[in-house]
Amino acid sequence: MADDIILETRGLTKEFKGFVAVDRVDLKVRRGTIHALIGPNGAGKTTVFNLLTKFLPPTSGEILFNGQDITHDKPADVARRGIIRSFQISAVFPNLTVLENVRIALQRATGTSFHFWKPASSLDALNDRALAILDRVDLRRFAQTNAVELAYGRKRTLEIATTLAMEPELMLLDEPTSGMGHEDVDLVKSLIKDVAKGRTVLMVEHNMGVVSGICDTITVLQRGAVLTEGTYAEVSANPQVIEAYMGTAEAAHG
Amino acid sequence: MAEDQYKPHPSRDDAAEFRYHRRAFLVMMALFLVAPMVVYPVFVMKALCFALFACAFNLLLGFGGLLSFGHAMFLGMAGYVSAHAAKVWGFPPEFAILAGTAAATVLGVFAGLLAIRRQGIYFAMITLALAQMVFFFSLQAPFTGGEDGIQAVPRGTFLGFLDLTNTYVLYYVVLAIFTAGFLLIYRIIHSPFGQVLKAIRENEPRATSLGYRTDHYKLAAFVLSAGLAGLAGATKAIVFQLASLTDVHWSMSGEVVLMTLLGGMGTIFGPVVGAFAIIAMENYLAELGSWFTITQGAIFVVCVLAFRRGILGELEAWLRRRRAG
Repeated sequence: MADDIILETRGLTKEFKGFVAVDRVDLKVRRGTIHALIGPNGAGKTTVFNLLTKFLPPTSGEILFNGQDITHDKPADVARRGIIRSFQISAVFPNLTVLENVRIALQRATGTSFHFWKPASSLDALNDRALAILDRVDLRRFAQTNAVELAYGRKRTLEIATTLAMEPELMLLDEPTSGMGHEDVDLVKSLIKDVAKGRTVLMVEHNMGVVSGICDTITVLQRGAVLTEGTYAEVSANPQVIEAYMGTAEAAHG
Repeated sequence: MAEDQYKPHPSRDDAAEFRYHRRAFLVMMALFLVAPMVVYPVFVMKALCFALFACAFNLLLGFGGLLSFGHAMFLGMAGYVSAHAAKVWGFPPEFAILAGTAAATVLGVFAGLLAIRRQGIYFAMITLALAQMVFFFSLQAPFTGGEDGIQAVPRGTFLGFLDLTNTYVLYYVVLAIFTAGFLLIYRIIHSPFGQVLKAIRENEPRATSLGYRTDHYKLAAFVLSAGLAGLAGATKAIVFQLASLTDVHWSMSGEVVLMTLLGGMGTIFGPVVGAFAIIAMENYLAELGSWFTITQGAIFVVCVLAFRRGILGELEAWLRRRRAG
């Protein structure tokens, strides 16, 4: 059974000067599933993400990835283990082209990232793979456009493409649809479903509509602590959840 | 995502960019080759040393996004070591310059290790503080000659056959050193390492989340920049046969910021243009006396207010608009 769990937290806690943002969270993410972390604003979803990827150090608790303790890793080392995250505000490299954005992700594995004496054209060998990934997310025709010029929805798509290029074992998506219009949300939903094949996805989401169709397991956070966990049907029928989250948030019905 | 389906999306044309760089480089080289026939060679040599200094600084600021306010320590320390090696140890000029460059590189490792732990204004403050320490060291240490500096440095014979006491031979040797440094910087910017460096400048947390240990890249960029600034300082000491406190003073760190911003931060040729503009002003406006500093300040203010991208930055933006339109 233990092999089934790709990521586990035990008593994960984060305090900011007396304020407990994340309160003894025990999380188990099963391999090969899409797992969502939901909750009202300020529930501590993004803080949990920052703890998992070591962008913030936890106050106490443990984080295990494939059974190994990663609680004291550095952010770049967490990434090297195969946990790649996205960010809530779109995280692209604005003045690099769309192709270069994806290529940066592919480049590290080549081991030439410190080679300052080699021409940049040595990276052209990665172009085919980068373009194949851009094809998959329908961004190929923007390959030579600077990322800053892209529409918002496409920036988020590019971000997922870059994350995908890392071939992550575990993909962490922080509100992948935030700020998007309806058509874009549907596109990103099907994209997430597509990229989740053969890997595990843990996503933070505010929009219940996104979560309902694609997630296997949903964990509801409230004031930094786990309120309940289960399938969409179980969670959405839970009266506590309805009171804490669905009753208050307009987005819940979206 | 259908809304901009039919809008043209601006593409970046790398091939056109490269053609422009090659053409500009050829024009620049042609100008430098004939310059000593027209202009006083020592003036051009001085400007070439500062141009290399500014290009090295621009590598760090324009492409790594790191504002160092202590780059004079590399220029000045390399000058002292180069002058000392040539005068006291009797090194031939090529080895004196190498010794100075090596000293600046080593200093860059230590300064970089301390400075890259902080970001933004704190990074600038640490580099400034370290540069002040180097200044007081230079004032007190016996080998630097204190207020007098190291004077009457022999120019010697470069590589055993180029007699540097001949001004024209000296000029073309300096031009060769500048060109080598300039091309190396161009290569660094357009290398796999340069790609990662630009990514870190654009979005450091994202680069970290892709598994890049960003501190290592920033340190590497800092050391490369320090070494190349050292090459400029070491060469300058041989040209002027002098290493003095002026080159380690904090105002020199400010001057290189000014040169880079005036010419165009993050452009390839901007720092060269900026360095020539500032050195020319110093030379030809010197008779204004203390009014010179005021003129320089006014130019800086106009530059920041009216053309923020610098001379070359504005020119390139205009060319790009014209090409696109």
